Formats: sequence, C-alpha cells, structure tokens
Amino acid sequence: MSAVDLSTTSARSGTYWALADCWNIVRRGLTHYQRQPVNIAWQLGFPILSVLLYGYVFGSAMKVPGGGNYTDFLMPGMFVMTMAFGFINTATVVVYDSTKGVIDRFRSMPMASSAVVAGRGVTDLIVACAELAIMMLTALAMGWRPDGGLGFLAAFGLLLWLRFALIWIGVWLGLLVPNPEAAGGLFAVAFPLTMISSIFVAPQLMPDWLGWIAAWNPISSTAAATRDLFGTPGGTGDSWVEQHALLMAGVWPVILTALFLPLAVRRFRKLSR
Amino acid sequence: MDGYAVRAEALEKRYGEKRALDGFDLVVREGTVHGLLGPNGAGKTTAVRILSTLIRLDGGRATVAGLDVARQPREVRARIGLTGQYAAVDEVLTGRQNLEMFGRLFHLGGRRARLRAAELLEQFDLTDAADRGVGKYSGGMRRRLDLAASMILAPAVLFLDEPTTGLDPRSRGEVWDSVRALVAGGTTVLLTTQYLEEADKLASRITVIDQGRAIADDTPDGLKGLVGGDRIEVVVAERSEIPRVVKVVARVTDGEPEADETELRVHAPVADRVAALTEVARTLQDEGVRVEDIGLRRPSLDDVFLRLTGHRTEKEAAA
Repeated sequence: MSAVDLSTTSARSGTYWALADCWNIVRRGLTHYQRQPVNIAWQLGFPILSVLLYGYVFGSAMKVPGGGNYTDFLMPGMFVMTMAFGFINTATVVVYDSTKGVIDRFRSMPMASSAVVAGRGVTDLIVACAELAIMMLTALAMGWRPDGGLGFLAAFGLLLWLRFALIWIGVWLGLLVPNPEAAGGLFAVAFPLTMISSIFVAPQLMPDWLGWIAAWNPISSTAAATRDLFGTPGGTGDSWVEQHALLMAGVWPVILTALFLPLAVRRFRKLSR
Repeated sequence: MDGYAVRAEALEKRYGEKRALDGFDLVVREGTVHGLLGPNGAGKTTAVRILSTLIRLDGGRATVAGLDVARQPREVRARIGLTGQYAAVDEVLTGRQNLEMFGRLFHLGGRRARLRAAELLEQFDLTDAADRGVGKYSGGMRRRLDLAASMILAPAVLFLDEPTTGLDPRSRGEVWDSVRALVAGGTTVLLTTQYLEEADKLASRITVIDQGRAIADDTPDGLKGLVGGDRIEVVVAERSEIPRVVKVVARVTDGEPEADETELRVHAPVADRVAALTEVARTLQDEGVRVEDIGLRRPSLDDVFLRLTGHRTEKEAAA
C-alpha cells in the first residue's frame, strides 16, 4: 500500500483542472524538446537552408517588382514558411500519440480531455515563438534590417496567428492519417502549397493563372502583411487580395480555424466510437 | 458494490455491419483476476475499451466499481487503471517523468505526484532505470512502467489488455509477478489474453469470448473438465509404430484414441490414470515399440478452446 495520500477529491473548480491539465500536457511537450533538442534543429533546418539557398544562390538573379532588396523580400516569406510547415510537426506528434496509445491513456484518466488538444496547441505556439526568434537572428545576420516597434510586434503576432490556425489542420490530419510514416508524407503536400504563394517570388511575376492562385493562398496574405509591417514592402500586386493583405492576414486564420477546428474536434470525438 | 468489480449485461457494439459485441455478459468478483480469453477479433479489446470508457456502447449496460460507464465516465476513470497494448507510456520521457506527469494528470499535485512516482519506481523495480528515456527500456521494463502508470491512484479495477504480448518468457514472468503483487494488495484485475497459459496461471475465473459473445464462464479447472479428464499421451520414434500404439492405448481408454501423424503422438482420455499408464508402458515395452515419451497430460485450455469454438486459438500468431 502507498505511503502517499492518494485521495483526489478537491475543492477546486473544473476550469482550474482543465487549465492545470493543459499546462501538464504543455510541460510534456516542452520536455520532449528538452530531451531531444535535435528535433528543433530539424524543424529549423529546412527554413534556414532555404534562407541560405534562396538568399545567396538565387538572390542575385531574383527580382522584386518595384525594386528593393531580395533579402528583405525573402525573410518575411521564410518566417511564414516556418509557420506553415508547423502543421506537419503538430500532425506528426498527434499521429504518434494516437497510434501508440498515449492519447488513449490520457482518455482513460479523469483529466479534462480538451487538455490533450489544447496542450498540444499551446506547446506548438511556444515552440513557434522560439523558431521565429532563431529565424530572425539568422536573418539579421544575413543583413535583414526590419523596422522595430509596434509594427514588428504586430508582424510577430500575425505569424503566430497563422500558426494558431494551422494547429487545427495539424490535429485533424494527425488523427486522420494511419501512421507516423504517412505523416512524413505530408511534407510532399506542404512543399508545393508553400511554393505557390508570394513567399519566394511575387505572384505578378508568375503566369496569370498561377499568380492568381498564389495571391489567394492564405499564407501570401501573411507574407505581404508582415513585409509591410517590417517596413520592407515590395512585390505587392494590384489584385484586391494583395491590396488588403493586412486585413486578409487577420481573416484567413479565422476562416481556417472555423473550418478545421470543428473537423479536429469531430475527429477527436470519433475516437470514442 | 455488491461484491462485483465489473458487471456487464448484454453489451452491444456495432461497426457498420460487423457486430464486435453481440450480447456480451460478464461479471468479475472483487479482488480476483478474471481472464477474458479469445482469439483475435473475438471482441476482447472492444469489451475492455467499453469498460474503460474509451468507446461508447451501443446497447446493454455496464458498471465498473459500481459506477455506470455510460453515465459516470469521469468517476469510473478515477477508479480504473488501463494498461497493455493500447495504453502506452511516453517513449521520450524518462520513467520518472512519465509517472510524475501521469500523477499530476490524476490531480495528485506536484509534491504527491513526485512521492508516488518514487514509490512506484521502487515497487516495480525500476529505480535504477528511473532517469533513463523509456525508449531505451527493455520490453519487460516498459510493461512494468506501464503497470506502474496505471497503478498511480491504486485503482479498484485494473484492465490488463494483453500485457505480455510480444514479451520473452523472462519478461513475461516479471509482469506476472507484478500482477500477483497487485492483486494481493486488493486490486481486481480483468486480464485479456490470447495466451491460454497466461489465463491459466493468473486467473481464478475465465470467460471465453468468441464472435462478440461469452461462450463459457468457469474456473480454469472447470473449463478443462469440459473436455474430459486426463489423457494418456505416447510419442513414438517412427510413424510406422502409430497403428500398434493406437491398438494398445485403445485397451485402456474409455474413449477413442487419437493419433497425430505429424507429431507422432497418440493420445486418449483415461479414467484410472496410473493403472492405465503402467499397463500401456509395460505392453509397449513387451512388444518392443520404440517410445520417445509417455505420460499423463491434463487438458490444456487450448483443448477447451477448440472444443468450445471449433477452431484453435491464434496463440503465438502475434509472437
């Protein structure tokens, strides 16, 4: 028998425990990074490599419509890409937890089941902040010179806002795909989706039809809006969506969340079927 | 709680056309190990997942620790432990970090979660490995940690879903020892397994499930009684000897001798055990039959299963 008092009757409210449970799941997620710091290096590897490749190899050949430095054009795009690829990380962890039985263990415990998903989301946002910080330091080292102040903070916020919306796509996909190997395949889908946007090249330099798709890509709005807020605008076309980048950078994540949060929740509930 | 830790009546669970559970009944007495035995796809796991509140039932009624699984899932969860192939521990964290995390998620608070983790690591002989990543644990250590994680609140009922599938014999023995210790401490265990030996060793009562239905419920000995008493068994060196052995065995049996041509084995039920064995051994020796092995065998649960369902268990299929 245990020498520890195992009674768990508590005067605290359900909300207190939902938050406490969520925080414990966050702690778990962060401990994962602490125990496997190489993971964060992997996650950053691709964007940093892209920065170097596009910045130094293609940089001299790339044009920014309306003039301007390509490095200044590219960097906000790189930040957006890092956020965009984040949904793969979310999906990978979720698919691992659900296929290995970790989520089932949580669901068999008297904790708040919302904490399983909410804790994942909060962890991903904290990690996203760290990723952005590291990316920005790399960019500064390469000669990127953004405006400081409120605009900078607003841009940072918009990037996290995009990442927040993508959590739900990640959770949904994580519960949808059958195994961790399949989650790895998501990269093949994500890569072209991020290419057909304003991240690397201004849409107006693309063939009309492709440029139109690229302009309406949700991540293009975040890229254009943050370029603006960092004080290095450029490559903005005449289409409505490009002219209202700041608005759309706020609206797109709302649409994505409205679409995928219910899908993720439904998928999570389906585990009980 | 009326002496029963688990009570399930006419459980139904459908997946499309397939009936995973089709009127499944089960009662488990408090403080016992109850075996739930059946081949893959018989409904064992579905039953455990319903009783541990992981999935909803489509019909029937079930109580665990006196609480209704459909109406009071949260209360049920505070009184059960779930372990086995479907409830895992975190592979990246250390053993200690796992137990502390689960302790906090069981709402023990940080200090008590730490104390309880240390206590369980000691109890399950994991103290030395406590601060290593679980990914580096052996199969047996991982199952023990799994057991420890489901014992954090000293639950009234522990669901052990195929706890030793894929383990080597030594690790299997370690897990069995841990289970016995838990039951000695007052926990009721519902054990699902494909290994008849496991149910025989641990369970005081066994429910056999096939095609979503309980088809037998008895003590291990009672189940074995279903296929008759002891059998005499003779293994010969060459196939050509089999007909002669069958003739000799036929003299002492009250049933029909059965011959297994591939295993070179002849066996038959016997009532007067020692007399029959002596008689057969002597006659075979007199006739100069080359015998590899001769003896009496209690029927195994494998025999029971074949008798009840008409098909063999798929044991070792997973191993």
